Amino acid sequence: MPSGTKHKNYDDSFYDQGNSDILEIELNLLLQAINLKYGYDFRNYSITHLKRRILHRLKISGLNTISELQNKVLWDKNFYGIFLQDLSINVTEMFRDPEFYLMFRTKVIPILSTYPHIKIWQAGCSTGEEVYSLAIILQEENLLNRTQIYATDFNKSVLEIAKHGIYNKKEMELYSRNYHDSGGKRNLADYYTSKYGSVLFDKSLAKNVVFADHNLVTDGVFAEVNLVFCRNVLIYFDKILQNKVLGLFSKSLAKRGFLCLGTKESLGFSDHENNFSVIDKENKIYKKLQVQND
Amino acid sequence: MIKAVVIGASYGGLEAIGKILIQLPPKFDIPIIIVLHIGHNTINSYLTSLNNKSGFTVKEAEEKEIIEEKTVYFAPPNYHLQVEDEFSLSLSTDEKVNFSRPAIDVLFETAAWTFKNKLIGVLLTGSNSDGAEGIKIIKKYGGKTIVQNPKTALGKTMPDSAIKLSVPGFIVDLEDIAEKILELTMEN
Repeated sequence: MPSGTKHKNYDDSFYDQGNSDILEIELNLLLQAINLKYGYDFRNYSITHLKRRILHRLKISGLNTISELQNKVLWDKNFYGIFLQDLSINVTEMFRDPEFYLMFRTKVIPILSTYPHIKIWQAGCSTGEEVYSLAIILQEENLLNRTQIYATDFNKSVLEIAKHGIYNKKEMELYSRNYHDSGGKRNLADYYTSKYGSVLFDKSLAKNVVFADHNLVTDGVFAEVNLVFCRNVLIYFDKILQNKVLGLFSKSLAKRGFLCLGTKESLGFSDHENNFSVIDKENKIYKKLQVQND
Repeated sequence: MIKAVVIGASYGGLEAIGKILIQLPPKFDIPIIIVLHIGHNTINSYLTSLNNKSGFTVKEAEEKEIIEEKTVYFAPPNYHLQVEDEFSLSLSTDEKVNFSRPAIDVLFETAAWTFKNKLIGVLLTGSNSDGAEGIKIIKKYGGKTIVQNPKTALGKTMPDSAIKLSVPGFIVDLEDIAEKILELTMEN
């Protein structure tokens, strides 16, 4: 076994056609080890997603094999902390897919407006960019005061970022454009203050937001809500886990509650397809039926 | 026995890919999976025209979609396209790679892991160096690699970078790439 040499490229990695069977074994053992030691279950994540992240971590850690990495994951808590960040999904943006937000304003907001009190679950909220996006829309539609948002993620450090609502100023050009394209009524800059290359979002946007640790893989229903918002999380799961999590959403939704998924995600071919009607096919907005078919 | 063909292209890629798909005979039944750097506004009309002109079903890849014969899959704009396993594709919104999403390297690498020596990787025209690493990895896993002769490419940087990074199996004029693919899949 080679030792200690730093890798510049994936290509320098120890794995090739001849030993890729060992890689599969090591991957399975690693995921099992993480589950046994730390209680996080990644075994039904997309295997390609995991492999890319794990090989990336190998590369930048100067390790050669996943067995070596497993050793560090089990014995070195700090290393595990870093590694956990690798496995969580932390790419997000404000008003991502503006057309979705436009349809949300047009088709969902008018119905939510008729409720005396609104409960929303944003599952897999990551660093919170879409939490603030949603809060801004609710604010502009005069609904924020009677809305409770539960923003959850299994990764505690992204939740900390979400709570603070501080983001890189460089991103604001894109976010402003997205906001505008999504039917925003003001300027995005009205909602934040800038300082030293960062922006701080208005605290009042998050006054009705509870940021909480919740793991979609292992945790259950915690509230009945009128809207589940979970975009670009399911694509990181395999079909089995996707189906299970969609079941969790279905159970968490009040009758006629809304489900918003990522643009490339779908209820189609899951066990729960028949319990929902399609509000917007392109933008993956669904509504739970009053009478359940199962 | 080749199980899949992956193709990557950027600047100049619309024409180059079109040329190859039209030259391949409709009986060619190996799935073709493509990353082309192309905008939201152009992709639909482009795929429709390829659907009409080529002998294949040409479509945007969907999340966890089953890989079928005689079908050409394109990465949706703003998503990485990955080979999930031998039977299905997956999408990801992960960080950009080589300033690109979709990135050719992501498709090529994940295809190499799955199909190993049963894969053909084709890198075409483009004005960045995405795909060079991918070609190297496909080679490493025993797959066959074709890089467009930079002299016949609108964007020379992409094929040049791949040739600089590793020695591709074949460097071929655009005109002859379809024929080379057919030749490499003869044993199928």
